[in-house]
Amino acid sequence: MNSALLVHRLHFAFTVTFHYLFPQLTMGLAPLIVVLKTMALRYKNETYNQSARFWARIFGINFVLGVVTGIPMEFQFGTNWSHFSRYAGGVIGQTLAMEGMFAFFLESAFLGLFLFGEKRLSPRAHWWSAVAVFVGAWLSGYFIIATDAWMQNPVGYERVADGSVQLASFWQLVLNPWAWWQYAHNMSGAAITGAFAMASIGAFYLLWGKYQEHGRLFVKLGVIAGCIFSLLQLFPTGDAQGRMVAHHQPVTLAAMEALFKSGPGAPLVIIGQPNVEERKIDNPILVPKMLSFLTYRRWEAEVLGLDAFPQNVWPDNIPLLYFSYHIMVGLGTVFIAIMLIALFLLWRGKLFGTRWMLWILMLSLPFPYIANTAGWMTAEIGRQPWLVYGLFRTADGYSKLVSAGNGLFTLLGFMGMYTVLGILFLFLVRREIEHGPQSETLTPSGVPQPAAH
Amino acid sequence: MATIWFIIVAVMITAYVVLDGFDLGAGIIYLFVSKGSTERRMILRAIGPVWDGNEVWLLAAGGTLYFAFPQLYAAGFSGFYLPLMIVLWLLMLRAVGIEFRTHMENPVWQGFFDFIFWISSALLAIFFGAALGNVIRGVPLGADGYFFEPLWTDFKVGPQPGILDWYTVMAGIVALVTLTAHGALYVAIKTEGEVNRRARRIAIICWPVQLLLTCLSLAATYLVRPYVAQNYIAHPIGFLIPVLVFACLTIMIWAASKGQEKTAFIASSLYIAGMLVGAVFALYPRVLPASTDPAYSLTIYNSAAGRHGLSVGFAWWTLGAVLALGYFVFIYRMFRGKVSLEGAGY
Ligand code: HDD
Ligand code: HEM
Ligand code: HEM
Repeated sequence: MNSALLVHRLHFAFTVTFHYLFPQLTMGLAPLIVVLKTMALRYKNETYNQSARFWARIFGINFVLGVVTGIPMEFQFGTNWSHFSRYAGGVIGQTLAMEGMFAFFLESAFLGLFLFGEKRLSPRAHWWSAVAVFVGAWLSGYFIIATDAWMQNPVGYERVADGSVQLASFWQLVLNPWAWWQYAHNMSGAAITGAFAMASIGAFYLLWGKYQEHGRLFVKLGVIAGCIFSLLQLFPTGDAQGRMVAHHQPVTLAAMEALFKSGPGAPLVIIGQPNVEERKIDNPILVPKMLSFLTYRRWEAEVLGLDAFPQNVWPDNIPLLYFSYHIMVGLGTVFIAIMLIALFLLWRGKLFGTRWMLWILMLSLPFPYIANTAGWMTAEIGRQPWLVYGLFRTADGYSKLVSAGNGLFTLLGFMGMYTVLGILFLFLVRREIEHGPQSETLTPSGVPQPAAH
Repeated sequence: MATIWFIIVAVMITAYVVLDGFDLGAGIIYLFVSKGSTERRMILRAIGPVWDGNEVWLLAAGGTLYFAFPQLYAAGFSGFYLPLMIVLWLLMLRAVGIEFRTHMENPVWQGFFDFIFWISSALLAIFFGAALGNVIRGVPLGADGYFFEPLWTDFKVGPQPGILDWYTVMAGIVALVTLTAHGALYVAIKTEGEVNRRARRIAIICWPVQLLLTCLSLAATYLVRPYVAQNYIAHPIGFLIPVLVFACLTIMIWAASKGQEKTAFIASSLYIAGMLVGAVFALYPRVLPASTDPAYSLTIYNSAAGRHGLSVGFAWWTLGAVLALGYFVFIYRMFRGKVSLEGAGY
């Protein structure tokens, strides 16, 4: 591979993967904060308000990281992928610009109000500002997904004389069927992150023996939301995504499943390492005919394997694609199991005293992040070697005049910067958690002051 | 249609410079007008609720540029690769400086983040000015419509210039001084007592320098790129723009010395807008002139997106802009008046 191409791909992959660590929590927490604010309005119980404020503080820190790592993303389309931008800007520029105009303005304006305005607003108006932040975050998710969905499944475009593509139908672009399922699946994935974070910190408080009331509330809310979204993640959203891939990108599906040979009654690989050189799976554990059934709902259905496609349209990193996909699905299954057991204990009224379950909930925090990252790696590596599926190759899209050395320079710069940011983030969040949600809020000068009542 | 989008993008960039300009300016004077933690927090409070929203104008302007002029976006962003990446790092540092300083309890770290906030604000002002200078001066576009500019070559305004040459460095300094005054006036509006007094003094000290630099930069621009006069000569109404610029400067000093901070701030905003509009007026219909061969210049005609996209975009853009304006008016009204240090937050 040409080294400038490699550098630009790593550049984008690294920065977007890091970026997405933050929006997933933003988007996942926003609805939960609305729930807390709603309960505070209804039950007039200060615990809810304190909890909402506590999560808003975590949200605020997380949001800053989302913003500062998000701005480079938008720039990189031009800086690192200029040939792609020139080719497709007439189409995907639409959704990206809409994200700014509709979502970011809304979100950033009302977040300021939500975080700083509690004293100046009535409780109801403050509730509305929380809703506006939620809507803004989820809208921004839609526009960015619609952009990505167009790259996975281009619709609503026309080719013009200079070789670029231009918008032909706005509604086809915005209502891309790929975007709907991808959005549903992705947002549910973000909600899983939010729910696990809440349950995890609640479990931490319960195990610690401090802030019991808040801890119980967090665990309860987290487990209920976590259960709902873990189930939605598998069905219908994950299932629908899989069948869409089978329909529009059959070679990607074959590579995700490491299915080297076409045939009826294709098996599902549960465990095993793809051996691309010899076109087989090492150490396989298979469920016979399962893949045929999952994809086409018939046990004997014919599924195309990699051998049905010329090698120049195979995704270029099949093992990584296969592992990403299996990590996502494997973790998804584990999440469902954890949350169902926790919900059962909650229903029997035993959860708050079951220490082993609280330990599991507390330690599960990182795994939704891993699953979400693995999911995106599946989508993006699976799209290779295309940048716009079937139309435009990744190798044609990068900025030809930005040399590998210049790209490496800034990639290293981002790596250094993000390491520092990551450490700062963890440090600040840990401190918020230790200070707890209870009546003391920390003022910037470090002087604890009683919270407003 | 392309002309409308040219105007829209220009307006959005102007909005960004005027809005984010004052919080950048507040960052530049931050270390000088405020002594001690309490006064520093007053300044952070003055920009705390709004700086993020102001920065969204940059993103929205970028997004709009992307969709209306993909060719310009592609060429400009990849050509200005290094300075843009540096700008990104500075924007990050600055956000971290503002937001995380307030979470630090230890004075040592507060001092550290104060410094980060200050230096990144100042450098950003210079880089933005230099960027504008680059656009006016032109860049070494090739026949394929792309270029790559190193950070510097020989500091001369030749056909293969770097990002920094004497002309763009001067533009950077103009921006630094202008935004310093702009931010000082904003801080003066938002604060009372000592901080208010110091901020106003800074604005007044800046004024003669600003006047001198304005004259110098106009002259230098004409010297470097004589064609900037063409549009003015063809449409003499354009000469109103420099008249406005100088009128605003006059109002600024008059109002600032009388203590009418709001008037002075508005004059400063109009001054900035006037300078930008003047540049845009001179460039039209070019959007990125070539320093190599004028025929390679990017204009609104050879860099715009397809017709259908531009007209559809106009519908939703208008809606989005009305909404965004609504939020802004609402937010600034909510947080109007002098800052107080009561309550949670900064
Ligand atoms: C908490 C995170 C999470 C979990 C538990 C799952 N997923 Fe997922 N998945 C995502 C998070 C995610 C994601 C990050 O949201 C992706 C990446 C791109 C996208 O739109 O969604 C994704 C993409 C994605 C794709 C599309 C790949 C492509 O576009 O090439 C498929 C087929 C699935 N998922 C299927 C599943 C199935 C069958 C799961 C079983 C439980 C599952 N996912 C669990
Ligand atoms: C946040 C979740 C995302 C993650 C984790 C992610 C991950 C990745 C990875 C790993 C690559 C490198 C693929 C390779 O080189 O093999 C990549 C490439 C890329 N992705 Fe994504 N991506 C995400 C979202 C998006 C979105 C929303 C878009 C579009 C708006 C997008 C556009 C691109 C582009 C343009 C490239 C570079 C070209 C390429 O290598 O295909 N990504 N991404
Ligand atoms: C799945 C992929 C992505 C999703 C769902 C997503 C979503 C979000 C969300 C919700 C925010 C708000 C801030 C926050 O949550 O912390 C945000 C910030 C941002 N994202 Fe992403 N993003 C993704 C990937 C990208 C990509 C590929 C781009 C590049 C175009 C991008 C550009 C931005 C920008 C510019 C911001 C800053 C916005 C602000 O100032 O509020 N994001 N993103």
